[in-house]
Amino acid sequence: MTAAITIKSLRKTFGALTVLHEVDLSIEPGQFVVLVGPSGCGKSTLLDCICGLSQPTAGSLHFDDQDVTNLPPRERDIAMVFQSYALYPSMTVRQNIEFGLKVRKMPKAERDKEVTRVATLLKIEHLLDRRPSQMSGGQRQRVAMGRAMARRPRIFLFDEPLSNLDAKLRVEMRHEIKRMHQLVRTTTIYVTHDQVEALSLADVIVVMKEGHIQQVGTPQEIYDKPANTFVASFMGSPPMNLIPARMKRRDGVAGAELLPAGGLPNWIKLQEPAKPIADGEELIIGIRPEEFHFTSERPLLDGDVAELTLPINVLEPLGSEYVFTSTVNGAEVSARLNAKSGPHPDGDTLQVLFEPRRVCLFDPGTSNRL
Amino acid sequence: MPFANSNKGVAATAATSLPASTNRYLGWSERWLPKLSLFPTLLVSGTAIYVFIVWTGVLSFTGSRMLPRYNFVGFDSYRAMFATERFGVAATNIVIYASLYIAISLALGLLLAILLDQKVRGEGLLRMIFLFPMSLSLIVTGVVWRWIFNPGLGLEKFAYDMGFVDFKLDWIINPSLAIYTLVIAAIWQSSGFVMVLMLAGLRGVDGSIIRAAQIDGASMPYIYWKIVLPLLAPVIFSATVILGHLAIKNFDLVVAMTNGGPGYATDMPATFMYAYSFERSQIAVGAASSIIMLGVATLLLVPYLYIQIRRGR
Repeated sequence: MTAAITIKSLRKTFGALTVLHEVDLSIEPGQFVVLVGPSGCGKSTLLDCICGLSQPTAGSLHFDDQDVTNLPPRERDIAMVFQSYALYPSMTVRQNIEFGLKVRKMPKAERDKEVTRVATLLKIEHLLDRRPSQMSGGQRQRVAMGRAMARRPRIFLFDEPLSNLDAKLRVEMRHEIKRMHQLVRTTTIYVTHDQVEALSLADVIVVMKEGHIQQVGTPQEIYDKPANTFVASFMGSPPMNLIPARMKRRDGVAGAELLPAGGLPNWIKLQEPAKPIADGEELIIGIRPEEFHFTSERPLLDGDVAELTLPINVLEPLGSEYVFTSTVNGAEVSARLNAKSGPHPDGDTLQVLFEPRRVCLFDPGTSNRL
Repeated sequence: MPFANSNKGVAATAATSLPASTNRYLGWSERWLPKLSLFPTLLVSGTAIYVFIVWTGVLSFTGSRMLPRYNFVGFDSYRAMFATERFGVAATNIVIYASLYIAISLALGLLLAILLDQKVRGEGLLRMIFLFPMSLSLIVTGVVWRWIFNPGLGLEKFAYDMGFVDFKLDWIINPSLAIYTLVIAAIWQSSGFVMVLMLAGLRGVDGSIIRAAQIDGASMPYIYWKIVLPLLAPVIFSATVILGHLAIKNFDLVVAMTNGGPGYATDMPATFMYAYSFERSQIAVGAASSIIMLGVATLLLVPYLYIQIRRGR
């Protein structure tokens, strides 16, 4: 029932504008893949090419072994959930759900059975006789999912399905989508610009920018080992801190100097990068805000521990944590500290710890990870 | 000191009484100004429409011929009117004309709108070209189409000159077909207008609904029939009401194109009324036909008003 997807050097241009450059991607059956990127990165165009509403300019698209590059949407056996829900306004929920089945000439008795199955699954039995205009956003989203599931397609596509919902409902529907996927295990492609949705839902995340795939990986890989500075700053909130520095070896050990504003330079040890870097060459040091710790957390940290005294620019207590911004090597740095581990920071500076092995290094020229 | 005191007292009373007097003044003008400004309109439409409706109604029950007389004869003129063959022709004609005109204008307008909604290049220009006939007066439309259908001047002559000597297009001089020439001319004039209304309606349809239906496996005609058309229902309804009243009022097109002819084959209730009232000195019969027209128009408008009022609530 569920299909693998293979995309080979797919290109899409609109006149002189190239929206997708040579996209290659293979998705295994049953995977939940999230395409994420800022608006205009080509993720929706890629989705349109996969569902057949848009024809790729070049390249091929296979579902399992079947070449679907030139098939119209209805012959691809896919279902899609839209941002605006796209329910048929003049039809009841029941008619909406069975529309695709009716088009495929499924007998009435089977259709009824399918509607009941889907409605029970999504807990919308009581809404079956309502029209879309009589329902809330969350209910409409459920119906849209029901309509997609009723046909038992081999691939599900979601186009920013939660963007029109309020924050609380968004979290709720996110869980619902994850639960549905765990239940039916159909290959799913989900487009969003919200990195939290991407991290929480995906088996595999595809980060895109300006028509190029930046990185493909599990949420943990994307988060811990971003392929370049774009991925590093796009995923995570607040984003990864990117601090310009220079390679400075001591006794042959890789390291760099960090200079907090108004403080003293502090040499920290770095992991030896895969690519050899000469002394004095520029690099970018990436540290996640939550990698900073109060000094009282020292026993929890392994191996080498670096220590910095950071000036506090702005401090925001958020209950469970403190978020504060500081300046290091001229770059703004934000840090998230566990509120349980330390007293409310007062004063102008704060001493923090971090593990150098958790630091990412980037090449300032190519912005790729070293 | 007393002077200053009294001065202060005056100032105080002025300060307290001024708002009250302004209020009273504003109250008067607020209450009467809208009514006053509406009065001329009310007066004109009241006399020019409603008084004359009543007068026509009264005349229809008299034996008036060339000039109004007030000898009441009951339903005599209605009976006389229904007895004439000419009224039967006019009534049949309006049914043929109105139903074909409304149905074909709607269908053609919808088709044009759907075609124009496919992201065509030069849409603005095409829209203007299709809407243009609406800006012509029906007299002009009538004259143009009279020439086109004139066997000695128009299409038939043109085809003949091109060498198609057997080509015949003499509908306008054929009593049983002349009515359809009116229908064609009227459709030519109105379908662009319907198209613009429908296009506005189509633009209001969320594109992702159509995309969803495509993915669901429906063909484009099925999508338009099952999903888009129901969404256009309010537009279709409004267009029907507008076309309906244009059809009932139709007078100038007939006068310009066929003048009711050949014979009275293309008579409409409006031309019938005009002919009896002002040409054949049968004012009472003309008035009776007016009242029948009013009744039919009212019957058609009631559902529209009902829906409007219900929506207003």
